[in-house]
Amino acid sequence: MDFILDIGTWISLLIGSFFLLITGFGLLRFPDLYTRIHAGGMADTLATAIICFGLALQSGFTLISVKLLFIVIFVFLTSPTATYALAQAAFVAGLKPKLDGFGGPAKTTSTNARDD
Amino acid sequence: MFFDHFNYWIVVILMMIGLYTLMSRSNLVKKMIGLSLFQISVFLLYISMGKIEGGTAPIVSNAPDVLYSNPLPHVLILTAIVVGVATTALGLALIVRINEAFGSVDEEEILNSEDSL
Amino acid sequence: MEEFTDIFLMLLLVAGSLAVLYVRNLFVATMLLSAVSFLMALLFVTLDAVDVAFTEAAVGAGISTVLYLGTLALVGSNERPTAKLSVIPLLLSLSIGGALVYATFEMPTIGSPDTPVQTSNVTKRFVEVSPIEIGIPNMVTSVLASYRGFDTFGETTVVFTAAIGVLLILSQKHIRRREDDEEDSTPRPAVSVEKSHDQVGSPHDLIPHVVSKILIPFIFLFAFYVQFHGDFGPGGGFQAGVIMAAGFILYSLIFGLHITKQILPLRVVELFLAFGVLLYGGVGIVSMIKGGNFLDYNVLSADPIAGQHIGILLVELGVGITVTAAMLAIFYGFAGRAQGRGKDVN
Repeated sequence: MDFILDIGTWISLLIGSFFLLITGFGLLRFPDLYTRIHAGGMADTLATAIICFGLALQSGFTLISVKLLFIVIFVFLTSPTATYALAQAAFVAGLKPKLDGFGGPAKTTSTNARDD
Repeated sequence: MFFDHFNYWIVVILMMIGLYTLMSRSNLVKKMIGLSLFQISVFLLYISMGKIEGGTAPIVSNAPDVLYSNPLPHVLILTAIVVGVATTALGLALIVRINEAFGSVDEEEILNSEDSL
Repeated sequence: MEEFTDIFLMLLLVAGSLAVLYVRNLFVATMLLSAVSFLMALLFVTLDAVDVAFTEAAVGAGISTVLYLGTLALVGSNERPTAKLSVIPLLLSLSIGGALVYATFEMPTIGSPDTPVQTSNVTKRFVEVSPIEIGIPNMVTSVLASYRGFDTFGETTVVFTAAIGVLLILSQKHIRRREDDEEDSTPRPAVSVEKSHDQVGSPHDLIPHVVSKILIPFIFLFAFYVQFHGDFGPGGGFQAGVIMAAGFILYSLIFGLHITKQILPLRVVELFLAFGVLLYGGVGIVSMIKGGNFLDYNVLSADPIAGQHIGILLVELGVGITVTAAMLAIFYGFAGRAQGRGKDVN
């Protein structure tokens, strides 16, 4: 039984770390603030939930699992709010999202007809 | 052999980065940030000295024969962290007033404006 | 093998500090400093210092960042490139660093049990006798509040002094350099109240309003938990005070400073500030009246161990009240300055 829990924790930690790596990669490579916020939000909620689930497998039905559950609930409440506040503040300050294609030369406004 | 003193070398590197920021940058807020870095490195020095191999946090548990890390450096650094934030708050308040009195927080501009007054 | 976690975290720390040094925009430098503080809190956990990690995360990465951001809102966040050559600071730093590294070769291995720190009689007394003599599991709290109560009293007084200093510096009337700006100082309070009313009623702020109304009671509950649970786990007065102040600061950032000042006026904050220090000193005076020394908790009750528990509880409460009031007073100072200038830091 312990062995299965260990395997479960290993898998959860590896998957959570993989998502964190993707987030880091996205933060560096995305061209615009709004897309980077999206990448950061994934790290906060998805990776945190998976890693905390893996840790809860290790500690069984004790108080520690309840505390981990509270941590996940708290992060689920605050991370989207922070993302929203950040995006709204950037929008009000005047930063408009890039809508005309990323990378390559500046296109004209008739991009709807094209299939990129 | 290499990892024997690794913590102390990192402490020295952080301390020198903080000291260099404090000395070479002319913006007053940047100097405060350098001072905070310096304080953080000193905390690491004390806590590394209190660590014992195979020890655990100094909270008494019912398991027999447990090695506890030394609680005395922890107490000293708790005090030091709070005093550090008190000093930072006072320093930042002074920077706000300096900005209102001289119009800038750059050390060069303040010294030049004082010379010309 | 487990040292690789420490080594990786420390290398990240050095990378973050170098980034703080070279970045030109001060907002970015403040956020990087907060990230460095969080990394330091993680390092403290791997070095078995859980109380210190808690305090560093709450104070260094929380309150300190709020203060820096408040200052940057008032002062401007771009750093001019330095015109002078910085050879002398570099040479000085390198030579001092070299001397210190040479000195570290004489220091004992990290973690070895035969250093003077680990084998001293004081450590033996704290680790072996304090669970029996004082009876609470968290040795750091028993050393902080009972064995070294004087130091903590001095620390509380330092926090009190810093708050008084910030209030003195930042709540004076804004004296401008140019005389023509003095006429528009009178209608400003009405304008700022209207702006804050608009801000409260704006539809864009609905999500932060709702979420913070849900979360703020739990933040206060957590602060009380940390305060009174400091005997049994990581926690205590400082961390609890900072978390409570963070709850109030969150409320003020979302709903406006003037509403927060109606709930908790500056007068009440100043009263709490003084009350915490008086509570701490009062416990010492009461123990002197009862026949013991200053801050000797054994005489506070018939059973010395119960006396220690009562003393530690009251003393940590005093610390928590003072730290809450001090952080709030400092925040009121910064935010009030921004409001008085017409800028909205909220």
